[in-house]
Parts: sequence; structure tokens; C-alpha cells
Amino acid sequence: MSAIELKYAIPGDDFTRAGEASSSIKMRLKQMGFDPCFIRRVAIAVYEGEINMVIHANGGEIVVNISPASTDITLTDDGPGIPDVELAMKAGFSTAPENVRNLGFGAGMGLPNMKKYTDEMDIQSEVGVGTTVRMKVYANAT
Amino acid sequence: MLVGELVDLPGLTLVNSGAEPQRSIESAFCCDLLSLVMSRAPAGCAWVTVMGNVNSVAVAVLADIACVVLAEGAAFDDTALKRAEEKGVALFKTDLPVFEAALSIHSMLGNRDD
Ligand SMILES: Nc1ncnc2c1ncn2[C@@H]1O[C@H](COP(=O)(O)OP(=O)(O)OP(=O)(O)O)[C@@H](O)[C@H]1O
Ligand SMILES: [Mg+2]
Repeated sequence: MSAIELKYAIPGDDFTRAGEASSSIKMRLKQMGFDPCFIRRVAIAVYEGEINMVIHANGGEIVVNISPASTDITLTDDGPGIPDVELAMKAGFSTAPENVRNLGFGAGMGLPNMKKYTDEMDIQSEVGVGTTVRMKVYANAT
Repeated sequence: MLVGELVDLPGLTLVNSGAEPQRSIESAFCCDLLSLVMSRAPAGCAWVTVMGNVNSVAVAVLADIACVVLAEGAAFDDTALKRAEEKGVALFKTDLPVFEAALSIHSMLGNRDD
């Protein structure tokens, strides 16, 4: 299998579509015959990033590079940025507004989940400019 | 027990049969905060919640959850139902409280056909 690149534009504030890119990525990985545990880790990490862009950044873009050894995920948005990334990474920290909390979001566990389920994660964010999250998951890691 | 056997539990009603009625339920899990479910729900669990919107269906798909059981008499909205049909996610509902629904599933685990 050669490397494959998938790209998705994520619209902001549309909670009825949320998870569509993650589901599509999951399906592709499944078709390619990856291990279910690996697929689950990628799917959850991408989903949390996708939802964060919908809720906090008015949408963005997901680029996924799949190779036999690993999957690289890059989430880019030009939303408000994260003023304190270290604080945002803390379990339980959330600025999610009331209307999305009513849908079940806002536990402040999305970023910690992305860290938990990936092997590498890096956040670059500038207030007023946007946020880029890069994640890597190795196919053979447990 | 199998996903398709959940209808036999008192008070549980089938809403969408899903793509894998023969899938085995490994555990029962209760939570309404979606990213906490993503963090903690084991693959193959029966997830008992009161959240009946489309995001619950997305979470079930991505976290490899065996089925969603909506408790406390809550209802799935139309978008959730449509998405569950598309994605083959098994849905059930019950008037039981979350804990009692999960307990009744838990008490059946390891029984019958699995
Ligand atoms: N792409 C982003 N742009 C701007 N702010 C963000 C972005 N992603 C995360 N944040 C900020 O980081 C906080 C923590 O994110 P995290 O995903 O952990 O929790 P949450 O989205 O609030 O709730 P949930 O548990 O449902 O994911 C958010 O509340 C938000 O303030
Ligand atoms: Mg989040």
C-alpha cells in the first residue's frame, strides 16, 4: 500500500454533520485492513479534533496521511485560537457554551482524549489567527 | 448476550436494529458526556445514556460501541434516527432510569448465546 492523503473541509456550527469526516476516515482505514484498535484510536482522536473545530473555531480543515506504518492527522482552523494551551489540555477545562453542553459536549476531555489515543500530538495556536493540531498514530503501537 | 437479544429484557424497546444484531455485548457503560464516553467506554459495550441527538450516534460509531440504549423515557431525534439507519447503529429505548437499565443489561452479560 502506498501513502494516501485525505482532505476534509469542516463547516462550523453544524452539529448535525459533526463526526462525518471522522466516520469517513474510519471507513477508509477499515477498507485498508488496519487493526480495529488502531482504527478506533485514530477515529476518536480525529473526532475530538473535528468537533473542536466545529464548536470552538467555526470550522476548519482536516488532512490525513495514511501509510502502512502510521497515520498523520493535521487539523487547521482560523478560529479564535487558544490563549493558554497548557490549561486547555487539562482534563475538565472547557469554554463550551450552554447550547453545546446540552448536546453532551463540554466535559473538557476532547484534547486529553486526543493526547491519550495518539502517539504524538502538537498544538500550535495564536489568538486571533487560529489553531493547528498535529497528531500521529503508529499502526503497530498498542 | 447479543445485541439482538436486548429486546427480550423487560422494558427495553428496539428502535433501530443496526447492522450487527449478532454482535456480542461485552459490558454496560453509563455516561452522558460525549468526550468522557470517548475516553472510557469499552469497545463492544451497551451504552446507556439520556442523550438522543445525532452526536450520540457518531460517538457510538467511532468508539465501536455495540448499541445505544436511551433511558429515562428520552427520545432519539429524527437526525439521530436517520444517521443510525445509515451507519447501522443499533438503538434501543426504555423508560427505566439509567442505572436500572444498565443493571438489567449487566445481569444478562455472559449468558445465553455468547
Ligand atoms: N480548535 C480550537 N480553537 C479554539 N479553541 C479551542 C480549540 N480546541 C479546543 N479549544 C479550547 O480548549 C478547550 C478544551 O478543549 P476540549 O476539547 O478538551 O474540551 P471541550 O471541547 O470544551 O469539551 P469536550 O469534552 O466536549 O471536548 C475548549 O473548551 C476551548 O476553549
Ligand atoms: Mg472538545
